[in-house]
This record gives sequence, structure tokens and C-alpha cells, in this order.
Amino acid sequence: MSRDNKVVATLSDAIRRSGLKDGMCVSFHHHLREGDRVLNLVLDECARLGIKNLKVNASALMACHRPILKRIKDGTVSHIECNYMHKAVGGPISKGLLESEVIFRSHGGRPAALTRGESVIDVAFIAASTADRAGNCNGREGKAAFGSIGYAMPDAEMADHVVIMTDHLAKYPLSTASIDERWVDSVVVVDSIGDPEKIMSGTTRITRDPVGLLIADYAAKAILASGLLIDGFSFQTGAGGISLAVAHYLGALMREEKITGSFASGGITGTLVDLHEEGLFEKLLDVQCFDRDAVASIGKNAMHREISASTYASPASKSAVVDHLDVVILGATEIDTNFNVNVHTDSNGIIMGGSGGHSDTAAGSNLSIIVAPLMRARLPLIVDRVSTISTPGSDVDLLVTQFGMACHPDNDELRLRLLDANLPVFSMEALKDKAESLTGIPVRRLPEGRRVASVISRDGVLLDTIKSRV
Amino acid sequence: MKRSLLFIPGNRPNMIQNGLVLPADALIFDLEDSVLEEEKDAARTLVASALSSLDFGLKELVVRINEMSSPHALKDIEAVVPAGCESILLPKTEHSDDILELDRWLDTVEQASGIPPGSTSLILLIETALGVEKAFELAKASRRVKALALGAEDLAADLGCERTGEGTEILYSRTRLVIAARAAGVEVFDTPFTDTYDEQGCFLDTVFAKKLGFDGKLSISPHHLAPIHKAFTPSQEALENALEVQQAMQEAQREGRGAVALRGRMIDMPVLKQAERVIQWAKAARMLKGEADDESR
Repeated sequence: MSRDNKVVATLSDAIRRSGLKDGMCVSFHHHLREGDRVLNLVLDECARLGIKNLKVNASALMACHRPILKRIKDGTVSHIECNYMHKAVGGPISKGLLESEVIFRSHGGRPAALTRGESVIDVAFIAASTADRAGNCNGREGKAAFGSIGYAMPDAEMADHVVIMTDHLAKYPLSTASIDERWVDSVVVVDSIGDPEKIMSGTTRITRDPVGLLIADYAAKAILASGLLIDGFSFQTGAGGISLAVAHYLGALMREEKITGSFASGGITGTLVDLHEEGLFEKLLDVQCFDRDAVASIGKNAMHREISASTYASPASKSAVVDHLDVVILGATEIDTNFNVNVHTDSNGIIMGGSGGHSDTAAGSNLSIIVAPLMRARLPLIVDRVSTISTPGSDVDLLVTQFGMACHPDNDELRLRLLDANLPVFSMEALKDKAESLTGIPVRRLPEGRRVASVISRDGVLLDTIKSRV
Repeated sequence: MKRSLLFIPGNRPNMIQNGLVLPADALIFDLEDSVLEEEKDAARTLVASALSSLDFGLKELVVRINEMSSPHALKDIEAVVPAGCESILLPKTEHSDDILELDRWLDTVEQASGIPPGSTSLILLIETALGVEKAFELAKASRRVKALALGAEDLAADLGCERTGEGTEILYSRTRLVIAARAAGVEVFDTPFTDTYDEQGCFLDTVFAKKLGFDGKLSISPHHLAPIHKAFTPSQEALENALEVQQAMQEAQREGRGAVALRGRMIDMPVLKQAERVIQWAKAARMLKGEADDESR
């Protein structure tokens, strides 16, 4: 193949050219979230070509990737590494569908594992909404624009072979090459890499639930009381309804106190774009766009910067964005009396999520705040020991619920500041008692079968294991 | 001081549980309009159970019972008063006789439950033309009556007028109710704002009600609590002035004087009364450290 034109006729040709064989590892990113078509397309083609026992290393497996279950059953896929797994895939995995253990990493731990050689990608299949014939590509332009392509950048740099898959071939040279040609082996043009309308899945709107808003209001007041809300403040929040409401209330406080933040980072939403465009945050550092507003912004706002997963959160980098974070707002499925947080499994121990950037930002930030209702469907949030440790309690500073907040015992300065601001501060045990006084103490029946997944910390050590339902 | 009185449907367990944490000054568990006829018994049991088993802190616990003419009113009283209901909100109040009968029921229930006699208060919901006309008489009908409240939606239907955003059609009723309440020596609460998501509209409506003399506002949505409280929160300057007035009057009273000059302005009892009202609002808004009015710590 000429170095001028790397376009191959079909996906099948690209796979053959890559030298992909039984037992190798293929990688994918999830920037198109629930609209992604590329992972299923590639695995279907691999199955057609008779390739077996592949390891799939995906930054996330969403519900739309449910067809991977078929590929596990037919032997095409035998190993999985990912940072998040939707319950549509996680449920069957928890029942023991996959013989090998799933390796869960974090968004920062994944590129770190590649850097350290703990994880190896043979062929990276990278969805790009636009690419030129040499493989320069991005996620900003084209009919399926999804914004930042940050999670795929380490794959492009570290995979042995890189295939760019696009549905929009642009003229050489592409003006913005988020991934540039020096990493790319071949380019495949397909009908559609996915549906960008499905990037925004479910929760990327500010909650209207009054209890959620109360939690968010407490969290914003806690940030103000922490003393960190000064000029140059940096902030990250997820795309959950309560997290977005925290950003909304925080914006009001920053307006009132005339504070300009230096940056907001992470998965970027329209809510953060609004704060940036209003001048409340000077820059946005974007590893992933969570909604269409963020996608539009990265294309037009000069200070909305795209960053790689390594720059975002890798502990193997000499420093990363998370190391400069003042405050991060995070969710939790469960939290225990030692402040360990679970975002991997549900109350029955079934896989339904993953760390994403949870453990990275909790570790890097000055103040990590967990926001969650104290009860969900009559189940208390706080338990003696979480069913899965996703983020160690030593990296968590504060839990905020509608019944008040609990401060990590090692952060007494924060506790005193919150009390001084007249905020309702309790011990974790007191909040647990409160919840149990309303719900009773539920009998937990956690899975006790064989190990189906390992949660690897961002530093590469085993944090916890997940077992199958017997 | 009750700036906000939040309605909670009596047949919704999750909303009742939310009442534990929502920052309303009073909760009104509704057994009337929000509960279908076939759910009346279940809602009554649920509300009584919540009142007796949950700790709502310092929030005042009010129950809107069904109309006196319904077969439910007495059952409502018999269930919720022993369970810990502090005040009864009586809907569509028009007749003193109803109040007197309710008074007697409460006497009986209080006695049977070992509750101090007369400790259950009444808030009269005025939501008809007749009710507005007789507001003073109704407020004076029983010593249990501690407040009047306006229900403008039913009132507008009774008047045959259109409810509007600016509320011109209820201005007379609002002022009439404030005057009746003040004359009877009871508190007075404004009608709920009905657009759930229009928080700014609710704020402006509450500011107007406060100007007319209302002590607080009924609320049908948790989203309205913040704007209502904001409207009743005095400015820092107003608070400092009120504290100064209070201090000056305390000093004057110690010296046996009924009035005193403060920076060239004559301060006397009416001015003190207004200042104390501002201080109460400031306490409710937790502007005075260590004097929070709820269970926060």
C-alpha cells in the first residue's frame, strides 16, 4: 500500500491487512456511546472471517454493544477489558457467560496499562466522523460528529496496527487531526459509523427531582464552604442529573461571588459549555462529549480543548489533568462506612457500570464529593462493605445526601469548614442509621459463584473481584 | 414563623418521605383534593402512620382533612390527631358552625388520646366568595383558629373570573383576608403559585404577597420553596437596621422610655414590631448564626 493513500476497499480487507489472528486483541472507543456501530461491525466481520478467541479492549461497552454476547457464544470473543459495562452486557457476564474474567480498568488506568505494557492492543479500530486518505482524523466533522476522540488517542499511539473507520472521507490534509497520520495503517470507509443522536443517553439533563436538587444545593454550598472556590478554580462533574444540577448551582455561586474558574474537565456537557461561554470557566478540557451541545462547542470554541485519555487521567503520564482538579462531583451505587464507593455492580452484585473516570478524578482532585440519594427504591445507599470497590475510600472526601453530608475522618479541616457554614454534617454511621431507620436493614444476597471480573486500580493492582450468580 | 407550607399528597409514600428533607417550614399532608375517593381510607392510614413514625424535625405538621360535609372528615380527625398532627387545614371554610363542630370533635379526640386540650390548631382555607365575606367571623369562631389561608383557584371558579398571572382578580380577596386575619389576631397565608416550573414568577408573586402583609405562602411544589423563602429573606442591610432598632428599644425600655431616637429617627413600638418581624424572617433564613430554625446541626 502506498503511504499516500491508506484507504482499503472493505473492512474485511483492512482486517486481513492488519494481520489479525486468533487470540489477538482488538480495541474500540465509545465516543458514539449508544449510537456506536463500529464495534459490532468489526466483530461481525471477524466472525465471518472465522477469527476466534479475540480479546476486546473497549473504553466502554454500552447497551448497543449487546451483540457482543453472540460473539462470546460463537467463540469470536473470549476476553474483555473495559472501563465500563452496561447492564445489558454485564447481566449475562455476571451469569458466567464469559469463561475468562473481565478486566475492569479506569479511563486513566487503561492508557496507563498500555504504557506499562500490562495491556497490549494488536489492532485498534477507531471510529472517526471524518478522516483523510492518510488517516488524519477527528470526531468533530462529518455527519456522525461526536466531538472529542480522546479515549482513542492512546490506542492510536500504542496499538501495533491502527484502522480508522469513517463515513466521511475528506480531502488531504485534514485541517484538524486529532489523531494524525503517523499512527495510522489503513482507512476504511463504511456507510455509517453510528448515530450521533444517541450520544446523549438518558441522564444528561439537570434533574427536576426536588430531592436531587436539594442534594445538589448542599454539594454546591459544601464547595463554597471548602474554601476552594476562588479565582482559578477547577472542576469536573459527571453527566448525571444531580451532578449537572451541582454545576448549575455552582455557576450561580461563581456569578454571585464573581469567581472565574480556570477549567472544567472530563466528559463535557452543554451545562459546562454554558458556564464556559458565560466566562465562568476559561477553558474546557474535553476527553469525551456527553451531548450535542458539547459536540457543537468543541468545533467552535477555541478554548474548548480536546485531550487524550492519557493527558486526562493516566497515572503513567508525568502529570495529568486530574492532578490539577480542585473539585470533582461523582455518583455512587453504594458507599460503605470506610467511604469505599461502588459504581460497578448493583445491589444484587450484578455488573451494571464501571469506574470510567471515577477513581482517577477522586484520586487526583483536592476534594472529591459523592452525591447520591440516601435511599433508592427503599434500599439504603450506605452499607458496611460495598459489593465491589470501584474507588477506594481513602480517595473520597465527602458524601452528600438529602439528609446531610458525611466527611471522611481524615479530612477534619473540611468537616470544620462545613460545620462553620452551618451545613448538616454527620458521621457516615449516623447517615447509615438514618437510612436504615426508614428502610429497615435489607438482607443482601451477593453473588458467590466463580470470579467473573477483576477491578484493577488505576495503578495496576487488583482492587476487587466480582463473582457470578451461582 | 411559617414562610412556606408545602402540600404533600397523602397517598404518595415517596413524597411523604421527601417531606423529611424538603426545607418547608410546614408540611400539609393532603387527604382532600389530591386523593381519589376510593383511596381516602388508605391515604388516611398512610398519613397517620407517617406522622407517628417519622421524625419531621421542627417542621409544623398540618393535615388538610376532607370537607366537613363529607363522610371522611371525622375519620380524618380521629386518625391524624392522635398520630401527631399539630394543625388541621379546613377546606372551603364558610360557616362558623362547621368550625364549632370541628372544635368539639377535636376536644373529644384530644381527650381520648391524652393530648392537652385545645393544642390542635386550625388553619381555615378560604376559597369561596362566602368565605371571603365572612373571613373575620370565621377567624374569631374558635380559639383554635391560628391562621387564615387563601385558596385562589377555587375562589376564582366561585367568582366566575379568570385566574391571571398578575392576580388582579384576587387582589381584593387577598387584602380582605389580611385585614380580617390581623383584626382577629391570627396569621395569614397566601394562595399557592400554580406554575410549577416558573420559579421567578413564584418569587415575584410572593414578594407581592409579603408587601400586602401575608406571613407566608402555601406551596403546591417543592420547586417553589426556594423562591418563597428568598422573597421572605430580608436584605443584610434591613437585618442590621432591625437589630439596631431592637437594641435601641431594649435600652430605652430599660431606662423606662417608650421611644428613642436612632440616628435622627424616632423609634417606638410599631417600629420595633416591624423590626422584630424582620428578625424572625432572618432567623428563618438562618441569617443569624446559631439560631437556625430547623434541625440542622
